[in-house]
Amino acid sequence: MSFPHRPDAPELPDFSMLKRLARDQLIYLLEQLPGRKDLFIEADLMSPLDRIANVSILKQHEVDKLYKVENRPALSSSEQLCFLVRPRIKNVRYIASLVNADKLAGRTRKYKVIFSPQKFYACEMVLEEEGIFGDVSCDEWAFSLLPLDVDLLSMELPEFFRDYFLEGDQRWINTVAQALHLLSTLYGPFPNCYGIGRCAKMSYELWRKLEEEEDGETKGRRPEIGHIFLLDRDVDFVTALCSQVVYEGLVDDTFRIKCGSVDFGPEITSSDKSLKVLLNAEDKVFSEIRNEHFSNVFGFLSQKARNLQAQYDRRRGMDIKQMKNFVSQELKGLKQEHRLLSLHIGACESIMKKKTKQDFQELIKTEHALLEGFRVRESTSYIEEHIDRQVSPIESLRLMCLLSITENGLIPKDYRSLKTQYLQSYGPEHLLTFSNLRRAGLLTEQAPGDTLTAVESRVSKLVTDKAAGKITDAFSSLAKRSNFRAISKKLNLIPRVDGEYDLKVPRDMAYVFSGAYVPLSCRVIEQVLERRSWQGLDEVLRLLNCSELAFADVAKEDKASSESLRLILVVFLGGCTFSEISALRFLGREKGYRFIFLTTAVTNSARLLEAMSEVKA
Amino acid sequence: MNRTKGDEEEYWNSSKFKAFTFDDEDDELSQLKESKRAVNSLRDFVDDDDDDDLERVSWSGEPVGSISWSIKETAGNSGSNQEGREQLRSRNSFSSYPQLPKPTSTYSLSSLFRGRTRLGSFQSLSDALSDTPAKSYAPELGRPRGEYRDYSSDWSPSDTVRRLRKGKVCSLERFRSLQDKLQLLEEAVSMHDGNVITAVLIFLKRTLSKEILFRELEVRQVALRHLIHFLKEIGDQKLLLDLFRFLDRTEELALSHYREHLNIQDPEKRKEFLKTCIGLPFSAEDSAHIQDHYTLLERQIIIEANDRHLELAGQTEIFRKHPRKASILNMPLVTTLFYSCFYHYSEAEGTFSSPVNLKKTFKIPDKQYVLTALAARAKLRAWHDVDALFTTKNWLGYTKKRAPIGFHRVVEILHKNNAPVQILQEYVNLVEDVDTKLNLAIKFKCHDVVIDTCRDLKDRQQLLAYRSKVDKGSAEEEKIDAALSSSQIRWKN
Repeated sequence: MSFPHRPDAPELPDFSMLKRLARDQLIYLLEQLPGRKDLFIEADLMSPLDRIANVSILKQHEVDKLYKVENRPALSSSEQLCFLVRPRIKNVRYIASLVNADKLAGRTRKYKVIFSPQKFYACEMVLEEEGIFGDVSCDEWAFSLLPLDVDLLSMELPEFFRDYFLEGDQRWINTVAQALHLLSTLYGPFPNCYGIGRCAKMSYELWRKLEEEEDGETKGRRPEIGHIFLLDRDVDFVTALCSQVVYEGLVDDTFRIKCGSVDFGPEITSSDKSLKVLLNAEDKVFSEIRNEHFSNVFGFLSQKARNLQAQYDRRRGMDIKQMKNFVSQELKGLKQEHRLLSLHIGACESIMKKKTKQDFQELIKTEHALLEGFRVRESTSYIEEHIDRQVSPIESLRLMCLLSITENGLIPKDYRSLKTQYLQSYGPEHLLTFSNLRRAGLLTEQAPGDTLTAVESRVSKLVTDKAAGKITDAFSSLAKRSNFRAISKKLNLIPRVDGEYDLKVPRDMAYVFSGAYVPLSCRVIEQVLERRSWQGLDEVLRLLNCSELAFADVAKEDKASSESLRLILVVFLGGCTFSEISALRFLGREKGYRFIFLTTAVTNSARLLEAMSEVKA
Repeated sequence: MNRTKGDEEEYWNSSKFKAFTFDDEDDELSQLKESKRAVNSLRDFVDDDDDDDLERVSWSGEPVGSISWSIKETAGNSGSNQEGREQLRSRNSFSSYPQLPKPTSTYSLSSLFRGRTRLGSFQSLSDALSDTPAKSYAPELGRPRGEYRDYSSDWSPSDTVRRLRKGKVCSLERFRSLQDKLQLLEEAVSMHDGNVITAVLIFLKRTLSKEILFRELEVRQVALRHLIHFLKEIGDQKLLLDLFRFLDRTEELALSHYREHLNIQDPEKRKEFLKTCIGLPFSAEDSAHIQDHYTLLERQIIIEANDRHLELAGQTEIFRKHPRKASILNMPLVTTLFYSCFYHYSEAEGTFSSPVNLKKTFKIPDKQYVLTALAARAKLRAWHDVDALFTTKNWLGYTKKRAPIGFHRVVEILHKNNAPVQILQEYVNLVEDVDTKLNLAIKFKCHDVVIDTCRDLKDRQQLLAYRSKVDKGSAEEEKIDAALSSSQIRWKN
């Protein structure tokens, strides 16, 4: 079952240091406001905070009561208020309203705002406008790297995706550069750097600038991590849009893993309460099934259950002394395993029920047909029916986007009719969602009549004309064709195998999608690591619209140890999915590498599309 | 979707990977159920007091969720949150939380940040930094006032931008000429830090007339995008619309205006607002959608007022039997159609609430209409209406059953609404493709259809296999036995 690492696989660096660092920084900041204080925490920061600190630590630093930042008046009677928030305008406005209400009531308190991971000038501008600049002290808590697991670091910034890929706002690039800088200070320089995508390139450049400015800090240190690879989410939307079928991905799609833990409801825990369960390498059952195709999971779990039964059965026929030994030494471990096993069996059951209900098989078939480019008409009418039956709005949108990207945009007739039906089924305000999706290049319409290349060349002629600048933006989504079919051919993303694909013994990364598709993002990473450059990939880069946006900065002579050269940090800008993580873990096992993942947030198709949706619940 | 079985087979063969099935009867699920039983049977032995074990398991051995819980507790104490109070009751209050080993509070925290420390508990941190000069990891704060003095110095645009990036206070007031301002902006853009770009834009917005600002940004797309996002965030709708107008981005202008309706709660006011959107320069296609949006809300307001009145009066049977769960206001068109098929099915076309009227007004396609009407009438178990939905008469007066969505779909929808077997059977029989028909009949336990179809197919083996699935001594079993022993049928196997 779970595949062991090759004996020569390198050890992972110890990332728990990052937690300690973040915790100590927070304590330091709290100590800047001596005395008792109430702490207001933004909802989005609560789970990450829970992973590094706890109430007693806060108490020890004179935090009295804890409140959630929400839009209503504060009931706190403390003389000192401390706010721990993301740098968002709406948070600053909320704080301003509290401070101004106090002022009006003639009340004086001390206020401190801690922005995490950094403050923005726009926030300060609002403080100034609201007339409370100076009444409030501002600090930054540079907590931007949360180790969710031994090989997974998350920046916990889901808004990165919308801010950059929809709005074109580069506000988080500095945060990324700072995070990379911190990693290189703690774990040594990265001798080999690769990247693809505009955001990757900009982050890399800014990071390099930071390193130059603080020259000497990492010099002379032995690198622990041999390679770093930066990748923009928009290089590969397709993978992120697919239904996930490896266990961890499926759990995320079904129950939503939040900050490394999941809430299992009563139907799974077989009790009357929900349970918050951490999912990581420490969970012995989970760690063996997380990367498995779902169809393998049952067999594994029943085997496990049988073994467990056998171990319990041994107690029959034990004498007192043996029983004593059994109880003191083995029982605890067995109980723990029993609990985990029953939870994951419960989760599997619930997943099966849900998937059977939604005709998952048919859905997967349609997805695979889209990936392979077969029977596009039938897939289109399948999507249409999905919409007509008001199946979940996100699912319908997901399929439309998949169709659009794999087909270089929808033909105008289909686009219009699917859009009309979508608006009728899910609400006219989704007009705004469609506009967003078009801008992000997720759901586009093929240019009517004209072939696209002709339009492109005409536009590019116009671009040189300054006055016509405004036209270019309108055409930018058109100019950026996805070319998925050609890329898929070039990179061999659809495996051609004789016979049946054995999901129990995966032969390539395609196993994460039932053997139907190798994740594009992972394939690109594999290819570049193999060559240690982009050589020979010019055509792929051109098709990805990234000819100017790929870079490789490889050390001339390897000072790094051979062990570190097999450690690779992959940075996903805009989020990565558990399927991609599983696929690269597989590649690592095959080649004797270990991958470390750094992502702005763990994502999946639903999160991606909700970020594009204009209709907020 | 009329996908024939042949197609499916071809598909699975061509794609060469194993079809992964999610069928109820699947071996794997029964395997799973079995293991669940096994595990549950162990429960008696295993389950005792330490219920919270799992919640406490965490990667670093720390309790999970404690901060979130204690926030709920605060909410509970303030008397406003029932859930919070329940949480409180079910869990230990946090003073009794297991005390963690005291964090290193015996020495001053700030000393930790110097990077070099003699303390054992920070061994790995100091190890990592041992060959680097002492570095402060403390956030940039609490620096001596002196650092802020460089307010007046003459920083070059690139120095200024660098200081801004580091979050330092830095006056931009000395950049007064347009050329200086633009140079500053260009430096910021070349640095890539969006926060700095926005900082410069805030300054430019304050010190330049909007015409000049817009003109300069028009040829600086990166900066322009930052300004647009900034204006959206702070909600400066007026300037945003001016900007779109200046740029001649009419469609974005229209959409941006339309977006505002989401903030209007009052239905009448929202309707009035939508009216102002109708003339905006949308694409031709979107214009029609906006018009429909307005018409739909207008309708919903009328229907809502009328039905609320009817419901309150309590005279109408349908509202008494099936009280409305929610208001119809702001619901999508299809939901509105469903509602109207549910509550107003038999109304004449002239009324606003009649399904036929909705269908005509919004040009709802036949397929969509039938699907929705079917779901609504099936939910009410109005089988007669269902029947009528698919019955057509030809010129000779013969009736014929026809379904624009395919009878296999009809069957599925009926099944979801718990239609009785007799009804299901009737529609399963209307499925044209024999294999689909047989599969559906087996899936929904329409025994007669299964038996008849097997007999027609002369498929003795399948019939034999099916015999084991029906109840012993039932009428179905008799029917199967009769068929099996019949000498009239020439079995193919």
